[in-house]
Amino acid sequence: MPLRRVRFTFQTELIQRPVIYDLGMKFEIVTNIRRADVGQETGWVVLELEGAVEEIERGLEWVAAQGVEVSSLEGDILAG
Amino acid sequence: MSNVQSLRCKECGRDYPQEPIYVCDFCFGPLEVNYDYDAIAKSMSRESIQDGPLTIWRYDDLLPASRDSAVDIGAGMTPLLKADNLGKELGLNNLWIKNDAANPTHSFKDRVVSVAATKAVEFDFDTIACASTGNLAGATAAHGAKAGMNTMVFIPADLERGKVLGAAIFGSVVLVNGNYDDVNRLCSELGDDRRWAFVNINMRPYYSEGSKSIGYELAEQLGWHAPEHIIVPVASGSLFTKVYKGLNEFAELGIIDNANTKMHIAQPFGCSPVAKAFVEEQAHPKPVIPDTIAKSLAIGSPADGYYTVGIANKTGGSGTIVPESKIAEGMKLLAETEGIFTETAGGVVISTLRRLAREGVIGPDEETVALITGTGLKTLEAIEDSVSTKTIDATVRSFDEIVMGRGVK
Repeated sequence: MPLRRVRFTFQTELIQRPVIYDLGMKFEIVTNIRRADVGQETGWVVLELEGAVEEIERGLEWVAAQGVEVSSLEGDILAG
Repeated sequence: MSNVQSLRCKECGRDYPQEPIYVCDFCFGPLEVNYDYDAIAKSMSRESIQDGPLTIWRYDDLLPASRDSAVDIGAGMTPLLKADNLGKELGLNNLWIKNDAANPTHSFKDRVVSVAATKAVEFDFDTIACASTGNLAGATAAHGAKAGMNTMVFIPADLERGKVLGAAIFGSVVLVNGNYDDVNRLCSELGDDRRWAFVNINMRPYYSEGSKSIGYELAEQLGWHAPEHIIVPVASGSLFTKVYKGLNEFAELGIIDNANTKMHIAQPFGCSPVAKAFVEEQAHPKPVIPDTIAKSLAIGSPADGYYTVGIANKTGGSGTIVPESKIAEGMKLLAETEGIFTETAGGVVISTLRRLAREGVIGPDEETVALITGTGLKTLEAIEDSVSTKTIDATVRSFDEIVMGRGVK
């Protein structure tokens, strides 16, 4: 199964929501947290997603629609 | 001879062999080159450096490849100029400009790509690749040509003609129909499944080491000491962290006495996640969608943003968000006072410098270096509305009338 490494950044209003749990429940995606730092006001989680390419895409769109910042682990590839 | 011991995860400290990899398998932290500093201390000295070539490869003890096998088109040892005119304008008596527009393809990217291309050859890749909005494209294409490698340079199709041709002259350039995110995603996918040396993906641990040479050069050119302040334009944050690392390595090795430099972040309003995180006292920059005329700084999700904020804090530095309208002003000020035509990123640096001087963050006599990372000739459109010219007929009368402002007697 294809793997994807991503970073989620949460703002205050989303910290208490189980977004990663929901992602695994709503989509056929296995989530695997590798590193995280969650405080009272903001937090980030680096995780690996396993699933079909289209399913991961749909899942990430859903996560972004919840207000979570989704970025690739590498940061931006396109450089000046 | 290379003094590299391993690649080491910046987060969990796990070691990896020297391979074209860039992320820790366990914690997904970034990998960085780890050197045998005891061995380096025995071989490297001010004298050994001065005996080396006038390129970044004079510091090859602290680079992940040897000068003997370097893909070298002459990157580095760019001028460090005392900027008395600009200093007078800003009230700074000890101001220096590091002009990296003097590199072979006119930007600091030649430093990093020279190292990446050298490692790519060492790893036996036949193709070198990058995704770029300008400077990296030219540097990768030029070094790919010198190394005799296949070159794949991906750039957005709507990029300015000058930048496209400036890279295409060296070889293959691929124009991608799509926006910034589309190009990013495509190149991330290509990087996953092709055996290519993607300079800012799988070559990144090596590539980024090239930027340390700016720190080494500053120390050497200032007479073997670190300046009190450096203003660095920030895109991914890699340059910022590596200039800091370079100065600190020199201090650790005893080549300079100490590295107490205050590191200042300069970003444009239209893409300022790192400066904003600093100002708002957040450790992690929040990703943004870039919308700035400073294209070479348009990285909305900066890979080294977290480390950059940390260094700025640790060194007593600062973070400045420059209004878009002040970018061309900064470019013009540098051009008119020092005769240096910088790219938009340089305009961001000069405007930051002006603010820091005005607010007293930099004292009048404190030794300060502003990093100019590329030439203005690649971003001419940025100053179209800021400069004016006069057209006359080929007569003295027309000259007197229009240029000298004298009416007809």
